[in-house]
Amino acid sequence: MEFAELIKTPRVDNVVLHRPFYPAVEGTLCLTGHHLILSSRQDNTEELWLLHSNIDAIDKRFVGPLGTIIIKCKDFRIIQLDIPGMEECLNIASSIEALSTLDSITLMYPFFYRPMFEVIEDGWHSFLPEQEFELYSSATSEWRLSYVNKEFAVCPSYPPIVIVPKYIDDEALRKVAMFRHGGRFPVLSYYHKKNGMVIMRSGQPLTGTNGRRCKEDEKLINATLRPGKRGYIIDTRSLNVAQQARAKGGGFEQEAHYPQWRRIHKSIERYHILQESLIKLVEACNDQTHNMDRWLGRLEASNWLTHIKEILTTACLAAQCIDREGASILIHGTEGTDSTLQVTSLAQIILEPRSRTIRGFEALIEREWLQAGHPFQQRCAQSAYCNSKQKWESPVFLLFLDCVWQILRQFPCSFEFNENFLIMLFEHAYASQFGTFLGNNESERCKLKLQQKTMSLWSWVNRPSELRKFTNPLFEANNLVIWPSVAPQSLQLWEGIFLRWNRSSKYLDEAYEEMVNIIEYNKELQAKVNVLRRQLAELETEDGTQESP
Amino acid sequence: MGTKDKFIFKVENVCLVDRISSKKAALGTLYLTATHVIFVENAADTRKETWILHSQISTIEKQATTATGSPLLIRCKNFQLLQLIIPQERDCHDVYISLIRLARPVKYEELYCFSFNPKLDKEEREQGWMLIDLGEEYKRMGLPNNYWQLSDVNRDYRVCDSYPTELYVPKSATAHIIVGSSKFRSRRRFPALSYYYKDNHASICRSSQPLSGFSARCLEDEQMLQAIRKANPGSDFIYVVDTRPKLNAMANRAAGKGYENEDNYSNIKFQFIGIENIHVMRSSLQKMLEVCELKSPSMSDFLWGLENSGWLRHIKAIMDAGIFIAKAVSEEGASVLVHCSDGWDRTAQACSVAGLLLDPHYRTLRGFMVLIEKDWISFGHKFNHRYGNLDGDPKEISPVIDQFIECVWQLMEQFPCAFEFNERFLIHIQHHIYSCQFGNFLCNSQKERQELKIQERTYSLWAHLWKNRADYMNPLFRADHSQTPGTLCLPSTPFNFMYKFWNGMYNRFEKGLQPRQSVTDYLMAVKEETQQLEEELEALEERLEKMQKIQLNHTKVKSKQSEPSKHSGFSTSDNSTANTPQDYSGNMKSFPSRSPSQGDEDSALILTQDNLKSSDPDLSANSDQESGVEDLSCRSPSGGECAPSEDSGKDRDSDEAVFLTA
Repeated sequence: MEFAELIKTPRVDNVVLHRPFYPAVEGTLCLTGHHLILSSRQDNTEELWLLHSNIDAIDKRFVGPLGTIIIKCKDFRIIQLDIPGMEECLNIASSIEALSTLDSITLMYPFFYRPMFEVIEDGWHSFLPEQEFELYSSATSEWRLSYVNKEFAVCPSYPPIVIVPKYIDDEALRKVAMFRHGGRFPVLSYYHKKNGMVIMRSGQPLTGTNGRRCKEDEKLINATLRPGKRGYIIDTRSLNVAQQARAKGGGFEQEAHYPQWRRIHKSIERYHILQESLIKLVEACNDQTHNMDRWLGRLEASNWLTHIKEILTTACLAAQCIDREGASILIHGTEGTDSTLQVTSLAQIILEPRSRTIRGFEALIEREWLQAGHPFQQRCAQSAYCNSKQKWESPVFLLFLDCVWQILRQFPCSFEFNENFLIMLFEHAYASQFGTFLGNNESERCKLKLQQKTMSLWSWVNRPSELRKFTNPLFEANNLVIWPSVAPQSLQLWEGIFLRWNRSSKYLDEAYEEMVNIIEYNKELQAKVNVLRRQLAELETEDGTQESP
Repeated sequence: MGTKDKFIFKVENVCLVDRISSKKAALGTLYLTATHVIFVENAADTRKETWILHSQISTIEKQATTATGSPLLIRCKNFQLLQLIIPQERDCHDVYISLIRLARPVKYEELYCFSFNPKLDKEEREQGWMLIDLGEEYKRMGLPNNYWQLSDVNRDYRVCDSYPTELYVPKSATAHIIVGSSKFRSRRRFPALSYYYKDNHASICRSSQPLSGFSARCLEDEQMLQAIRKANPGSDFIYVVDTRPKLNAMANRAAGKGYENEDNYSNIKFQFIGIENIHVMRSSLQKMLEVCELKSPSMSDFLWGLENSGWLRHIKAIMDAGIFIAKAVSEEGASVLVHCSDGWDRTAQACSVAGLLLDPHYRTLRGFMVLIEKDWISFGHKFNHRYGNLDGDPKEISPVIDQFIECVWQLMEQFPCAFEFNERFLIHIQHHIYSCQFGNFLCNSQKERQELKIQERTYSLWAHLWKNRADYMNPLFRADHSQTPGTLCLPSTPFNFMYKFWNGMYNRFEKGLQPRQSVTDYLMAVKEETQQLEEELEALEERLEKMQKIQLNHTKVKSKQSEPSKHSGFSTSDNSTANTPQDYSGNMKSFPSRSPSQGDEDSALILTQDNLKSSDPDLSANSDQESGVEDLSCRSPSGGECAPSEDSGKDRDSDEAVFLTA
C-alpha cells in the first residue's frame, strides 16, 4: 500500500495552530505517511511534529469556508488546526483518520524510522533472560531456565525462556500448561534474596464447575515451598468473580487440593471498566468550567484513584507476604496478563532496590510486561478520547506507571529515575518510533522480526544524553524495602500526566532546575575539594620523604 | 522527662492507640501537669514521650468502656488526635474531669505563656519583641509621603478600641472626616491603610461595613472614600470589595448595616466576593476533620467527604478575593477598600493574601511575620475568640487564620521557588497560634494586649522562629530567581484542581500518611554541606598556597592530617515508624491473623481489630531494622543534625518541654 493514496492533500498553507499556553501560530501544514507537521511561515521552524499513531480521535467543524480540526492525542493533549477551505479541511481530516488507524503493524512508523543517533548499545540485547537469571543463580540453585516454550507451542503469550522450579521437568510443565488459562503455567517472577521467598505468576487454573485438578500443577507450586512452610495465592479477582469464572471453565485453587496454600482474593478491575475510568478522568481534567465541588466529585466519580489504591494495596500485601511473613506467593487473575503483572511488578518496586534504578526498571518492564505477554498492541490501541469501546483497550500499563509515581512521590530520594522517565514510557507505549511496545507478546514480536526491522526504545533511552533527562538528582541508593502509604490522603492525582496540557508547568519546571543546580553545585565543590586534598596530601608526603634521611 | 514536675495526676498502664495501624498501640504512663498532658511509653529502649499543651486541646470525648478499659479521645487544635485507653473507668473519669477544667482556662494568667520561661534575660526578651516593627514596615512601603500620613486620631484608642493607635490615612482625610466616617462603620472601624503599592501609588485600605441600612448615608464616609481615591493620582476610581456573599450583605441592611450604595459615593466600583462567614467555615473544617478521622476510608469516602466539607471551595473563595485585589492594584493601578462585616476576619484574609501576591517582601521569612503582625494582630483579629484560648462562646471559634495559612501553602505549591520559608514554618506558626506559649496571639486587640502588659510578661514567637530560621528555609528560594520579584501571577480564574488537600497539615501527626522522604530536608542538608565545602575549599586553597611556598623554601612544616572525606549521604527520612508496612490486607477474612510459618514471632499481618491486649509495647522497633531509616541516617556523617527535622528525636512538643522542666 502506498501512503500517497491516503494523503489526498499533502500540504495546506495558512493553517493556524492553537495549543494551550502557546500563542496561535500560522504556518504550512504537511502530511507525511507517519507525521503531521506544521511549520511556521515566518522562520520555517517546525512548530508541531505529531505522529499519526498518537492521534486518538479528531473532531471537525466548519464556520463558512473555514474548517477546524480538533486533534485529540493519546497522550491527552488537544490541539486545534484552523484550515482555510472546506475541501482541504475534509481531505486533511480523512487522511489523518486513515493514517492514524492503520491496521497493519508493519506499516507503523517503527518500521520506517531511521535513527539519527549512533547506537551505543543495542537495546534488543540489553535484557536477555539468561542474564537476568544469572542474577538469581548466584543466590539459589532451586530454579532453572526452561526452553519448553521455544516454539511458543506450550504458551503463545510466554517468551521462549522461562524460570521454573528445578525439579519440575518440561513434560510436567506441558501438563500444567493444559490446566492454566492460556497455557500460562506458574513461572518465577521474583526471587527475594533476603529470605529465598518467591513471587510466581500464572493464569487461572481451569478447574471448571466440576473441580478439575492437576497433580502436576499442585506438585509444581508445592515445589517452591521450603519444608514445613506455607504460601499464599493472591487472586486479583474478588471471590465472587473467581467463582463465576468456573462456569466458563476457569476457576481458582481449591483448598482441599492445595492444603499448603492460603488463598486471598482482592478485586482489581479490568478492561473497559478501567478504560471508562480513564475517559471520565481525562474529561474532568479537561473541563475548565466546573466549580470546586464538582471537580472533586468528578475526580471521585472517575474511580481512577480507587483503582490506584486497590492495585497498590494488593502489591503491598504481596510484598508483605514475602518480606514480613516469609512466605512465597503465587499471583494470578484470569489470564494473568494484566492485573497480575501490575501486582508482581509493583511488589518488586517495593522489595527490590534494583528495580528502582533506571536499568533495573527497564529490566522490570522487559521481564514483567513485555516478555510476560502484556498485550500492549491491544491495550494501548486507543486512549481516553476514543469511543470505540473495544473490550481489549485498557490503561493497565498507565495505571502501573501511576502507581510507581505514587511510590516515587512518597520516596522521592529512593528512585534513580524521575517523573519524566515514567511519562516518556507512557508516551512510547501508546505511540512511538521504536518497536519495543509493538505486538502483544514475544511470539508476535518474533514473527514481526522487530529486532531486525525496528529500533529498540532502550537503544535510545540508555544513551548518556537521554539518561541525563531521566535521572533523579535526589537519588541515594536505598537498599531497604520501601512501604508506601495507600491511604486516600497519601494518594494524589498524577498532575504530570493528567494536567500536563491544562496548566502551565513553568514554575514547577523552574523549581526542578533549581533543585538540579543545588545538587550539581554541591558535587562540583566536592570534586574540587577532593582534588585539593589530594594535592595537599601529595605535598605533605613529599615533605615527609624529604625529611626522612 | 524531669521528675520535678508536679503531677496533678498519674495513671499507669495506659494504652496509646495508633490510629493507622492497630498493631502499634503503646503501653505507658499518663501524666497530667498544670500545663501538659504527657504520655511516656514503657518500652525501655525508646521511652518515647508525647506532650500536649492543655491549650491545644479542642475536645475530650469519653467513649463507652470495653473489656480493655475506658477509651478517651483527645482532639487537638493542631490536628493531633490522641486515643488513650485507661484501664480503670474511675481514672478515666478523673482525667476527663481534670482536662475539661485545664483545657478551658478562664483567665489569661492561666495560659502557658505566663509560666513559659525560655531562659532569656529581660533584655533578650525586649529585643525579641522589637524584632518585628510595623513602623519600619510602613517606612518600607514608602510612607509617609505626599498622599499618606500617620494619624494620631486613634491615640488612646479614642475612636476605635479594636484598631491600633498608629494608622496611616490619606493626607486629605481630616480628623473630622475620620471620626465622622468611624461613626458610620460597624464598631467604628473606619477605612485605614493596609498596604501601599509604591510602584503606582495604589493602595489597599480596610474597614468594617457601613451602617447604611436601606438608605442612610454619611457625608464624612463619602469624603473618606474620596480621600482614598485622591491619594492615588493614577486612577479616577476605587474598588470597594465586600468579601461577603451578596445575600449576607443584603441581610445586614435590615439590621441597619450593609454595603456602599454606588450612587452615593463618587467613582467607586463595588464588588462582592462570596467568602462565607465564620460559622460556615467552622462547620466546614469540622466536616473535613471527620473525613481525616475515618478509619481506613475508601478513596470515595475520602473524596466525597472532602467535597461535601466544602473546605477547598472556601479556600478558593479566599484566594479569589486576594487575586482580585492584587490584580486591581498591580494591573489596573486602582486602590481598593476591602471590608466584610466587622472587617477583622474575611477582610484580614483577603488583604493578607493580596499582600502576599503583590509584595515579595511578604514572601520572605521576616516579611511574613510582618504581614501577620500587620493585617492580623495589629488590626484586631480576635485571636482569643476565634481560637478559643480562654473558655468562651464556642460559636465565636472559627479557623480564620488557618485558612489564610493554607492559602499560603497552596501558593507555595504553585510557586515552589517564590517563598523564602518552607511548609514547616507555616505549620509551626499554626501550632503556636493555639499553643499560647508565646504572647503574640493573645487577646482580641492591641488595646487588651497593652493592658495585660504582654510584652513585659511573655515572650515573642517571632524571635523564637527567627532564632531557629535555619529550620524554616526553603532551599529552592533564591532572591534573584524569576519567581521571586514582583507579583505572583495566577490565572484570574484559577482552575479548581490547583487546590489540593493539605495532608502535611491536617494529618501531620499521622506520620504513616506523610511522604517518607522529604525533598526539602534533603536539599537543606545539601546546601548546608555546600556551605561547609565552600569554607573548606577556601581553607585548602590557602594552605596549599602556603605549602607550595614553604616547599619552595625547603622548609619543613608539619601539617595537620586532612579531614576524613565526607560522605554525600543525607538523612531525609521520617522517623523509623514511618517506613513499616501498614494494614494492607483490609478486612480479608480469608487471611489468617497469625503467620502460617512463624509460630511465636509477632506477625506483621494482623487483621483483627481487637488485638490491643496482646500487642506488647512496640515490637516494631525490631522488625523495622530492615526497612527502618536508621540505616539511612547512619550513612550520613552528621546523623540527625544533618537534616533538621522536627521529628528527629522526640515530638516537637517535647522540645518545648525542655524549657518547662529545666
